[in-house]
Amino acid sequence: MVFNLKVNGQTRRVDVDPTTPLLDVLSDDLELRGPKFGCGLGQCGSCTVITKGEAIRSCVTPVSSIGNSEITTLEGLGTVEKPHALQKAFIDEQAMQCGFCVNGVIMTAKAFLDKNPTASPSQIRQAMSGVLCRCAAHMRMMSAIQKYATEVKR
Amino acid sequence: MNSRRQFLKTSGALIVGFGASGLIARFGISQGINGTGSNQLDSWIAIAADGSVTAYTGKCELGHGLYTAQTQLIAEELSVPFNRVKLIQCDTALTPDQGTTSGAQSHPTNFNQANLALAGATAREVLIQRAAIRLNVSADQLTAKDGVVVARADATKRISYGDLIAGQKFGAALSTNAKRKPATEWTILGKPIPRIDIPAMATAQFEYVHNVRVPGMLHGQVIRPPAVGATLVNVDESSINGMPGVVKVVVRKNFVGVVAEKPWQAIQAAGKLKVTWTPGSGLPDHATFHDYMRSQKPTRDTFTVNSKDVDEKIAGSAKVLKATYLYPYQMHGSFASSCAVADVQGDRATIWSPTQAVHPLKSSTAMLLGLRAENVHVIFRMASGCYGCNGADTVSYDAALLSQGAGKPVRVQLTRKDEMAWENYGYAFVLDERVGLDGAGNIVAWDHEAWSPVMGGRPGGNAPGNVVTGMLAGFEPAAFAARSPAPDPANFGNMSNAVPSYVTGCVGARCGGTGKIASQRVLTHNIRSPFFTGPLRSPERLQNTFAHESFMDEIAAAVKADPVEYRLRHLADPRLIKVLREATTTANWDTRPSPRPNNSRTGVVTGRGVSCVLYEGDNGYCAVVAEVEVNQTTGAVVVKRLTLANDCGPISNPNGLSNQLEGGALQGVSRALLEEVTWDDQKVTSIDWKTYSPLHLSAEVPIIRTVLVNMPNERAMGAGETAVTVVPAAIANAIFDATGARLRQVPFTPERVKAALAARA
Repeated sequence: MVFNLKVNGQTRRVDVDPTTPLLDVLSDDLELRGPKFGCGLGQCGSCTVITKGEAIRSCVTPVSSIGNSEITTLEGLGTVEKPHALQKAFIDEQAMQCGFCVNGVIMTAKAFLDKNPTASPSQIRQAMSGVLCRCAAHMRMMSAIQKYATEVKR
Repeated sequence: MNSRRQFLKTSGALIVGFGASGLIARFGISQGINGTGSNQLDSWIAIAADGSVTAYTGKCELGHGLYTAQTQLIAEELSVPFNRVKLIQCDTALTPDQGTTSGAQSHPTNFNQANLALAGATAREVLIQRAAIRLNVSADQLTAKDGVVVARADATKRISYGDLIAGQKFGAALSTNAKRKPATEWTILGKPIPRIDIPAMATAQFEYVHNVRVPGMLHGQVIRPPAVGATLVNVDESSINGMPGVVKVVVRKNFVGVVAEKPWQAIQAAGKLKVTWTPGSGLPDHATFHDYMRSQKPTRDTFTVNSKDVDEKIAGSAKVLKATYLYPYQMHGSFASSCAVADVQGDRATIWSPTQAVHPLKSSTAMLLGLRAENVHVIFRMASGCYGCNGADTVSYDAALLSQGAGKPVRVQLTRKDEMAWENYGYAFVLDERVGLDGAGNIVAWDHEAWSPVMGGRPGGNAPGNVVTGMLAGFEPAAFAARSPAPDPANFGNMSNAVPSYVTGCVGARCGGTGKIASQRVLTHNIRSPFFTGPLRSPERLQNTFAHESFMDEIAAAVKADPVEYRLRHLADPRLIKVLREATTTANWDTRPSPRPNNSRTGVVTGRGVSCVLYEGDNGYCAVVAEVEVNQTTGAVVVKRLTLANDCGPISNPNGLSNQLEGGALQGVSRALLEEVTWDDQKVTSIDWKTYSPLHLSAEVPIIRTVLVNMPNERAMGAGETAVTVVPAAIANAIFDATGARLRQVPFTPERVKAALAARA
């Protein structure tokens, strides 16, 4: 079945089984490196993308359920040369070790802060429930998010 | 792809190859943790005509910042700008055989007077010697800076590295006398240079092994047995007839997998494929597993130290104290399900793998596939953090077997359940501790006896059966070599930290311990494990240190001594004493015995605990103070603050070091409070992030302070595993300080905390 997905401002045509998880389409058919497979169960956050302003778990989202919604992945935020302010905060704070979870951390934080720009540190922390970092870079990650949140408020 | 050959063509340099004959000679022989390296300079460094430097390392980036630190090392030793060095890591066709990137061995191996560091120093000397001839200035009158050799007295006499070396190989052996730059003169190494790879990771440009794509690549899924010990009866291939995209069902003894055109098709086909298995062999009861361990026969018994007077000294002591500590199986639980890509074509194979051990994997994959080792090429690509022997080698075998069966390149990404239910778990332990005290409350003899199950481990070069895929495909795990009684130790070594920090560690004439207690016995019994086991960050070291450092706290409390003061009474090693003092001073340690006086026996209370170790007996000093809050109604423990002091010799990159210590410490919190592998009578039941739940990002985590003790004149040691080693005991000690309740079983779940609270005097 053919789908015309709107990904990072472009329309991408794919022909896949409609039950295929959105993650497979993004990472395999479109070869994007932002959304990643961590658990396939919606438990860790590594597959997170933003659509309609919400952080969703693309590993448990069938491609057929997306329709015309614009999908933003981590590569849609910024580049090495011109990173998004939240990406820049993670780079400045050296807020990762293996970096595999960073997609879920940044995309979840971004969607939350877009909607809740004045959130308190404990509200931000609460918003990160269901996001894992196995290297345990929690302290630096929360500090990077907080740094960005402070900029947003300003 | 950056192939060495392409580089050579463009650079004009020539490289001495790593003759396959050496590997063939070693085929079937277990390879050491650090491999054979190379004594040829050209194996490590090449300099192109434009002066750009390519360095080759067999120690790979695993998320711990080693890629950046090794790049700093080469730039420093060669006196070239940081951004002029390109590091090629872990590729069997390109890089020296440095065994396995593990055991906190990368710094000891590559940053001291050997291997990569020595290559940098040798290359610089060779370049200066050549410049001396070209410039007609004696070598001692020359200096190197920014890739140019200049005469000290006349700056117009200069020649660049590119001009000196282009079109030539070094053709020199590593010089053991090559003079390393003293750490006091470093301008690149030792600086908090940001990691090279982080910008790409933060912006989704970084290529993980999961992103490797090969033309014509298919996707595989494996079907593991439903129970431990189950074997294959039948595969009904007709059950997936007509499913879209299915290319092949591959069966090799008990190994079963499917290959399809797309990942989703492979997952669906794996779910539908009708596979019949025998019943499992049954598992020991989870609840009583620690009793099971203690009673198992046969055992493999090892004395690490034995002064042979322990029973006598304890019998004659004024007071005897005993305690038993329990540690569960824990898992690596890598964040990314393991993934690899294999392309097996006829008698040749290429594997893109997140393995820690490219050269050993080359040999063991050759065994698995029935190929010649020299026809297998293993290329490292990073996955998520592995923390030891996770699913990396297993999934590489999965991909290799499926590619061989399908005759096409195959990518395999394990399901979360396949990752968790069959990995090589970190060791469970039962640890008995016993001491005798003199009339003044000082320890006169220390006795330690432990039981721990083992099966399999790293495959090395010759044991594919050490991980699940190899076993399913017909290879046995390394044989369990029973041995009892234990022989006397031949040399002192404390690789597993089985020996507590407070004894002298004397074996024969040599005393390698860090303490003062002369009467000492450390006996470990390995038993057969029902599950695969393997190194998990601080393997055995964490478990032993949890017991030793908890027990030391119990002894101090029994004699009403301050836990730090009591440790200092028994410690001899100045560097261990130094980190203990640094951590406690920075944490404003409240000097007094535990438990904390006047804490309420209800409600929320706070306490502090300490712990320290010389990791692996010679590979990094660390001490930590933990400050906790215990809710005596719910049993919940929150770690509020961790203050760490660490000495790993000269510091390569202080920011990277802090990052490692912070992550290690917090992983230690997760392991101490939350993590335990569970099973029923047939199978593992820790199969996802709900049934094995580590610290989520929303958890209240401690503020972590790190004191970096820089020792520029000492040799470089590891730092990746020190912090995790000391944290669990410090938390248990802090819980005791807060409540008077002693937690002797990891993890410290609310139920166990409440049980300990109920049991306190």
